[in-house]
Amino acid sequence: MEMPKPDAMVLRQKAKLVAELSNILPADAIISDLAETRAYECDALTAYRCPPMLAVLPETTQQVADVLRICHANNVPVVPRGAGTSLAGGALPTADCVILGVARMNDVLETDYDNRIIRVQTGRTNLSVTGAVEDEEFFYAPDPSSQLACAIAGNIAMNSGGAHCLKYGVTTNNLMGVTMVLMDGSIVEIGGEHLDAGGLDLLGVICGSEGQLGVVTEATLRILHKPEGARPVLIGFDSNEVAGVCVSDIIKSGILPVAIEFMDRPCIRACEAFAKAGYPDCEALLIVEVEGSPAEIDEQLSRIVEIAERHSPVDLREAKDADQAGRIWLGRKAAFGAMGQINDYMCLDGTIPVSTLPDVLRRIGELSREYGLDVANVFHAGDGNMHPLILFDANQEGQLETCEALGAEILKLCVEVGGCLTGEHGVGVEKRDLMLHQYSADDLEAQLRIKDVFDPKWLLNPAKVFPLSVTATRRNA
Amino acid sequence: MITPTDETELAAAIAQADGPLSITSGGTRGIATAGTGLSTRAMTGVTLYEPGALTMVARSGTPLDEVQSQLVKEGQQLAFEPADYRGLLGTNGAPTLGGAFASNSSGPRRVQAGAARDFLLGVRFVDGRGTVLKNGGRVMKNVTGYDLVKLMAGAHGTLGVMSEVSFKVLPKPECTGTLVWEGLAPAQSLQVFTAAMRSPFDVTGAARVPSQGDAPSQTMIRLEGFESSVQYRMQQLQKKLQGIAQPQSLLDADALWRMVRDVEPFHGQVGAVWRSSIKPSDMPAFIDRIPGDHLVDWAGGLVWSLVDPSLDLRGLRGGIGGHSTLVRSANGVQPFARFEPQPSPLETLAQGLRTEFDPRGILNPGLMG
Repeated sequence: MEMPKPDAMVLRQKAKLVAELSNILPADAIISDLAETRAYECDALTAYRCPPMLAVLPETTQQVADVLRICHANNVPVVPRGAGTSLAGGALPTADCVILGVARMNDVLETDYDNRIIRVQTGRTNLSVTGAVEDEEFFYAPDPSSQLACAIAGNIAMNSGGAHCLKYGVTTNNLMGVTMVLMDGSIVEIGGEHLDAGGLDLLGVICGSEGQLGVVTEATLRILHKPEGARPVLIGFDSNEVAGVCVSDIIKSGILPVAIEFMDRPCIRACEAFAKAGYPDCEALLIVEVEGSPAEIDEQLSRIVEIAERHSPVDLREAKDADQAGRIWLGRKAAFGAMGQINDYMCLDGTIPVSTLPDVLRRIGELSREYGLDVANVFHAGDGNMHPLILFDANQEGQLETCEALGAEILKLCVEVGGCLTGEHGVGVEKRDLMLHQYSADDLEAQLRIKDVFDPKWLLNPAKVFPLSVTATRRNA
Repeated sequence: MITPTDETELAAAIAQADGPLSITSGGTRGIATAGTGLSTRAMTGVTLYEPGALTMVARSGTPLDEVQSQLVKEGQQLAFEPADYRGLLGTNGAPTLGGAFASNSSGPRRVQAGAARDFLLGVRFVDGRGTVLKNGGRVMKNVTGYDLVKLMAGAHGTLGVMSEVSFKVLPKPECTGTLVWEGLAPAQSLQVFTAAMRSPFDVTGAARVPSQGDAPSQTMIRLEGFESSVQYRMQQLQKKLQGIAQPQSLLDADALWRMVRDVEPFHGQVGAVWRSSIKPSDMPAFIDRIPGDHLVDWAGGLVWSLVDPSLDLRGLRGGIGGHSTLVRSANGVQPFARFEPQPSPLETLAQGLRTEFDPRGILNPGLMG
């Protein structure tokens, strides 16, 4: 992975910078020792590592503003970091950067059930937002699978999704306001407790900007009352194609399930070996979940079962209670762990139009054979967000490179059929060099101009999202 | 009036413009800035519709009627309920998709399903330089690069002129149930809204229509879905709201919700019309503070106000946050800015974006600041 050459001038200023930061931060919030900065050398994309020059852990918005002001004045790049769970290398440091971690900012600032909002500091983890409101039967809807660990800051940066966004949307649909610090240290408030923010939709462009436009320190999030209940049905098919048609038929029938998960045979087998959930041994497996009162759930499930039966499923199990529901989800939830036990794996995240599903699965199979690496597929079928898992052995020379090349081909395929490179993980460093497959030079230039407005010196989260060749002139200006 | 028939002509028209352009589509939303007229209304047609993927792609000038007639055949709809402004503003023409998205026009279902901007998946547009650009796509989950799609929604053509939009559609519910309470004061209406929204019953509309003549105010809650489910939830909600008075329960009262969406009580009424987005629980105080008639939507979060044209509603809002838009002024004279001025750091960012996307300042100049 090519990263920009560290700025020697910046590296020479390290001691001066530490001195300046010491005026505004407690000593334990500044990490400058090489052994300790290693803790920040990578995120969940562990293939790429680089210890930062420094890491800082502020506790207030004002401290974040002071840090950014000092870095701005000294032309020091800053890489914001939530919980470090990015699968795309969104928080990968450069050697000359300051890592700005928000992990110590995890307070709930306000809960307001009558207005259905919660305001939190963004270092708070996704699941603990729901944790703060579940006594009142509320929840925060976006549910990325890393939700136990990932921070709201990173969710906003990557516009994270989850299994239930077919009904509830992704982060951008549940974010009502932010307090954000710009690179020059100025603090801005956007949106708030009212539903539509005024003026241009700055909130919309900040969400998903991968920490390149500002550092969001506080967020007002929409919370929702929990449904009365939820139950899944598991449906097995002897072909991917038929399973794909079944998904489309369910959606066309007017039912809007909260989740439709799809697993192919390699994935089913691995999960079964690992979790022993009792899954049928078949080509394709759907888990469809609906919500409501017991009677409402029964009615929706019976309609889904009726549709599924038209497609001659090889297995069909309707959860009658929480225990059965748990067993249906068991294998799916173990998917990533199961893969990790077999092998090293790379998890892709391209999205495709649902109608192209059978064709894309067939072509992924062909590519898998061509490159000699197995690919298991598990994904959110309702919204076309694929998660092909490429299995490889990192200890075998050349396999990581082969895996990356296969991954790039699969993502190009997603774009070719009308989809995109990333549905919920973000571009980061991982997919940055593929951006010109999805966007023209003009399209990217329009995005760079947004960055020019928010961060004219191009110091925030450098070398992410865009190919280095495209940003060189601006970064070196 | 320039009326390009495709994206290439649109790009040429903008590139060759030697002065301000007044961008419109169907011309129904009362946006008219000074300059040469440029309308997208001749760029029409649905180019792709996949009911099984809940997605549609269409040219921006496509009339909403045409879109809806295609959707209805598959039992689907535009869930964000874009308003028809013709009655309120006395305009003619046909509301279009581009107009609905450019103005981020969302009706009662906004409380549950989201705003127009939440349904917009991808855009093709021409910026103020005349460059054709695209962002987003036609899939529901897409975080590839910065989200200019949201930025275009609600920009009222000031950053670029949309040529094509792709968007998410949703199933049209089989059945709609409406509970109606008559004669509640604003604070009681809020109590109904809050209790309904703090329930597991998936409310898709919560509105209050002011009293008109002898007719009392109406406080309305909407539930949608399969008939048995709607009936069940109507009963459960009534039980939960027992303390407040007995509501009427109606099935398929779509006209009531159209009335709210299109602000029908203010059609033909003398006065200025403002649209304020506020914190829902501030609604009773807002109504108390602003002399006039008020139609409430979004469980208290949206208030349409019919007031004396000389009244600066923003000045009277006092400590109530949010923002107010002057949608209709008397005699076409606009004594106050249409959009609420933004605090200076946000205005600086917005101005920066306008300068980047429209360096000559020709796209609806001055409209948003």
